[in-house]
Amino acid sequence: MSARSEGAPASGPRIGVFALQGDVREHLRALESCGASATAVRRPSELDSVEALVVPGGESTTMSKLSIEFGLIEPIRKRIAGGMPVYGSCAGMIMLAERVLDGRPDQESFGGIDMTVRRNAFGRQVDSFEGPVTLSPFDDPFHAVFIRAPWVESVGEGVEVIGRAAGRIVAVRQGSLLATAFHPELTGDPRVHRHFVEMVRAALNVTEG
Amino acid sequence: MAEITSPTLSTGTASAPATGTARVKRGMAEMLKGGVIMDVVTPEQAKIAEDAGAVAVMALERVPADIRAQGGVSRMSDPDMIDGIINTVSIPVMAKARIGHFVEARVLQALGVDYVDESEVLTPADYANHIDKWAFTVPFVCGATNLGEALRRITEGAAMIRSKGEAGTGDVSNATTHMRRIRAEIKRLTSLPEDELYVAAKELQAPYELVREVAQAGKLPVVLFTAGGIATPADAAMMMQLGAEGVFVGSGIFKSGNPAQRAAAIVKATTFHDDPDVIAKVSRGLGEAMVGINVDDIPQPHRLAERGW
Repeated sequence: MSARSEGAPASGPRIGVFALQGDVREHLRALESCGASATAVRRPSELDSVEALVVPGGESTTMSKLSIEFGLIEPIRKRIAGGMPVYGSCAGMIMLAERVLDGRPDQESFGGIDMTVRRNAFGRQVDSFEGPVTLSPFDDPFHAVFIRAPWVESVGEGVEVIGRAAGRIVAVRQGSLLATAFHPELTGDPRVHRHFVEMVRAALNVTEG
Repeated sequence: MAEITSPTLSTGTASAPATGTARVKRGMAEMLKGGVIMDVVTPEQAKIAEDAGAVAVMALERVPADIRAQGGVSRMSDPDMIDGIINTVSIPVMAKARIGHFVEARVLQALGVDYVDESEVLTPADYANHIDKWAFTVPFVCGATNLGEALRRITEGAAMIRSKGEAGTGDVSNATTHMRRIRAEIKRLTSLPEDELYVAAKELQAPYELVREVAQAGKLPVVLFTAGGIATPADAAMMMQLGAEGVFVGSGIFKSGNPAQRAAAIVKATTFHDDPDVIAKVSRGLGEAMVGINVDDIPQPHRLAERGW
């Protein structure tokens, strides 16, 4: 369903950044630096024009509320069901979780990844930290920034765990969906975004046969 | 100052995770961008703010409009009240400490607040020195009326800046002035030849390295929010268009006729700040805005924006 239109730039896939709230600019910049054509998405019509989506860091309760009120939640769920690649960092990871613990009772996520995520699991801001994490797609450790970060409590069978910190699952992949509890957009290390852009390219090639 | 904590990452590498680093502090503010932070004095108000879609709440003893009306010394909020707010909402909780009052800030850090606002809205505790904010694990936000003031606060360790505006008035004119001034002063720096940055630093009364960083990046090294007198969805949207990356609303919400609806409307107008149709839609039927005071009617010594230096 996300067939590339005729006018798409040859430079790279068109990837949207969910922009109702959060660190949108950092993700746009990281995606552009990896050769994608990145654009902010606040409206359903803007979602229609992208081939993949990044859900940034931010406040997941605010994202949930605004995506319901501005009619983005159902279109995003449909696109995810249709195979659109999505990457979520921190709050974005929460938005991609099928099940959320310690959220608000009325909090809704887009879902897509068969996992249970615990919100603010690493603690409050005074517990936020940075440090190296081993991620299975990369040879060298990734310097990761965790801010009031969630962790993944449990995953279903189809989910590949690609990183842990302090014994907790902090990076996962399921099909074309990728999620990290940390913020690669804050450190200038392009590897996670590059990995996602490659996932998008692979997914689009399959779609286009 | 980075503080090394014990939990080890399962990577087997030598470098331990670090809390309270500049990146972790500044990064927290990045996550609030595009959002609205609301002043609350009780857990009930905090709940209304969270329900409305606030990205964080700011705990304080009295909202600025009441501080103005009632006078007296205003201080950090009661720890019981802050605990109550922390236990009521799941979004970040900020709290105000008096300018220079490093012990109030220590208490707030011990209570587990997520950000400390060293705020001119409270009565200053030190008329010469601000808090040495590098010495804390918790990050700080500070007010500024111009670029030099913002850079001095960043030099002291502030991880987020907000315009001061004139709190408790419902008059947005000072916030406008501060946002425009900060933006214009940054723009001027970016246009200066390198050899004029030394004098620019002297004039701004800020360290040369920081001035040079701003000149090269064309923005502050930390997130810039707006605050002071924002009372309507259109006020919030205008501030965003003037370059604010997010909005603090103080008295504007809980001094209005319908706080829950106004709070939700300001959240939406902040996200769609460039879309007049959305702003028009959310501005309908909000009831009474806070009554407000014109900044010009406030005698000079009672203007909060002039506290801090």
